[in-house]
Amino acid sequence: MKHPRFPYSRTRHGTPGPQTPALECIDVSVRYPRAERRAVSDVCLKIAMGSRVALIGANGSGKSTLLKAAAGILPVCGGEIRVHGSVPGGCCHRVAYLAQRSELDWRFPMTVRRLVLTGRYVHLGWFARPHAADHEIVQKVIDLLEIHDLADRRINELSGGQQQRALLARAMAQEADMLLLDEPLNAVDAQTRQIVRDVLRTLSQAGKTIVVATHDAHDIEVDFDSVVHLSAGRLINDEISRPLIVPPVATTQRISV
Amino acid sequence: MNWLISPLAFNFMRTGVLAAILVGATCAILGSYVVLRRMAFIGDAIAHTSLPGVVVAYLTGFNLFFGALIAGLATAMGIGWLSRRDAVREDTAIGVLFTGMFALGVLLISTTKSFRDFTQMLFGNILGVTTMDLILIAIIAFAVLTTLAIFHKELELTSVDPTYAAVIGLRADWMRNILLVLLALAVVTGIQVVGVILTSALLVTPAAAASLLTRNLFRMMLLAAIIAMSSGVIGLYASFYLGVASGAAIVITCTAWFAAAFFGRHLLRQPARS
Repeated sequence: MKHPRFPYSRTRHGTPGPQTPALECIDVSVRYPRAERRAVSDVCLKIAMGSRVALIGANGSGKSTLLKAAAGILPVCGGEIRVHGSVPGGCCHRVAYLAQRSELDWRFPMTVRRLVLTGRYVHLGWFARPHAADHEIVQKVIDLLEIHDLADRRINELSGGQQQRALLARAMAQEADMLLLDEPLNAVDAQTRQIVRDVLRTLSQAGKTIVVATHDAHDIEVDFDSVVHLSAGRLINDEISRPLIVPPVATTQRISV
Repeated sequence: MNWLISPLAFNFMRTGVLAAILVGATCAILGSYVVLRRMAFIGDAIAHTSLPGVVVAYLTGFNLFFGALIAGLATAMGIGWLSRRDAVREDTAIGVLFTGMFALGVLLISTTKSFRDFTQMLFGNILGVTTMDLILIAIIAFAVLTTLAIFHKELELTSVDPTYAAVIGLRADWMRNILLVLLALAVVTGIQVVGVILTSALLVTPAAAASLLTRNLFRMMLLAAIIAMSSGVIGLYASFYLGVASGAAIVITCTAWFAAAFFGRHLLRQPARS
C-alpha cells in the first residue's frame, strides 16, 4: 500500500512479522479524561492476526473503551497496548474503527459516497486529492454493502441500518488489516443484519482480524474464534490471572455464538 | 442604469464596492463552516473582542488591522486555553472573555472622548476604506479562501466525524484552530465594512440563508457568497442614496435574504424524491 507524502500522523511503524499479534493488551487500564473510576482495569488479551473475536459485556462493561484505546483515541493509564506490534494509532492506516453511530454529525451536508470516501483519507494525507483508484474502491464497497441506490443521497436521509452500512463501507474502504467494530448490529434492520454478517464473513475469509464489541451475543450469529467476556472493566475468565490467548484461526475450534 | 453607474464616479464608492464584494465572499464562505459546526457564538465573540485591539491601535497610531487581528487571535487562543481541560465549559469561557474584552475596549475609548471614531469602530465605515485597506482585504480574502480550499477535505471530515478523524491521526483540534485563525482574519476585514458589533452577521446570516436552500456544501458556500456580495453592494447603494448607515444597511439586506429564504424555501426546494 502506498504511503502518503504528508501523512496525518508521523508515528508510523514498519510492517510486523508474522508472529506479531494483531492486538496485544498487557495489564491495560483505561480511564476517561477527568473520570475518577477506571473504565477498563488490568486487561490482558492477545488476538492473533486473522482471528475473529467478540467482546461481550453489558453497557458500561468497558468494551467500547477498550476498542477506543486500541484505536488510539483514548490513552491508557496503565499497562500497554500493542497494535500490530506498535503503539495504538501508530499504524492507524491498518486499523479501521467503527464507532457507534451517535458520534457523527449526520446533519452535515454530505453524500453517502463522500462519507465512504473519507475512509481513503488515511492513505492520502494532507493536500492529496482522491485518485480514480480511490473512487473505484469506494464504488466496490458501496456495491458490497448494497447502498448503491443511496450513494448520492445526503447522509441525513439514512435510516439507522443504512447509516451503519455506510459506516461499515467506510471502514472497508480503508482496506485495513484489523477492524474494530463497536456494536455494529445495535438497532439495525434485518436486511442490514444479514448484509453485515455476510460482509464480516467475507472479510474474515480475506484474512482480516475482526474484533466486535456487543452487549448481546445473539446479535451477531457469526462464527467467532473466541469470545471474551467483560464485566465492570475486567475480563471474566476461568483463570483471571492467566492472560487470555487467542490462537490463530487454524488451530481454534470455532465457537458459534 | 445611470443610478447604478453614477455613484461609481466617486473613488470611495469604487473601493467600497470592491471591499464589500471581497469581504462578503470571504465571510460567507468561511461562515458556511461556522454555521455547520455551530460556531456562531465564537465567531461573534472574536468579532466583539477585537475592539480593544482596534482601540489600542487607534490610540497609538498603529494599523487598525493588526490591532484587531492580534486581539482576535488572542481571544481564540484564550478560549481554547480556558476550556482546555473542561475546567470551564467552552461557551462559558467565550461568554467571560467576550464581555471582558469588549468592556476593556469601551473603557479605553472612553479615555479619548472621541465618540465619532468609536461609532466608526462599532458600526464600520465602508466608505472610509482606503486603497491600502483594500489591498490588505484582498490579501486576507485570498489567504482565507486558499486555506479553506487546501484543507477542505480535512475540515469537512473533522466537522462530520471528529472521532474517525482522530483514529486516522488527523486531530480535530488542529483543524478547529485553523478555523479560528481564519475567523480572526475574516473578522478583521468585516470590521472595516460593518463594524465590530455586526461582523458576525456577515459570517452567520448569508450561510444560514444558504443552508435553508441547499443541502450541498459547495452550493451552500456559493449561494452564501452571492447573498453576502449582493447584500454588500445593495447596502452600499442604499447608504449612498438614502443617507443611512452603510454597515447597518448591508446587514439588514442580509437579514432580508435570510427571511426570503426562510419563507420561500418551500417554493424553491427541489421536489421531494418519491
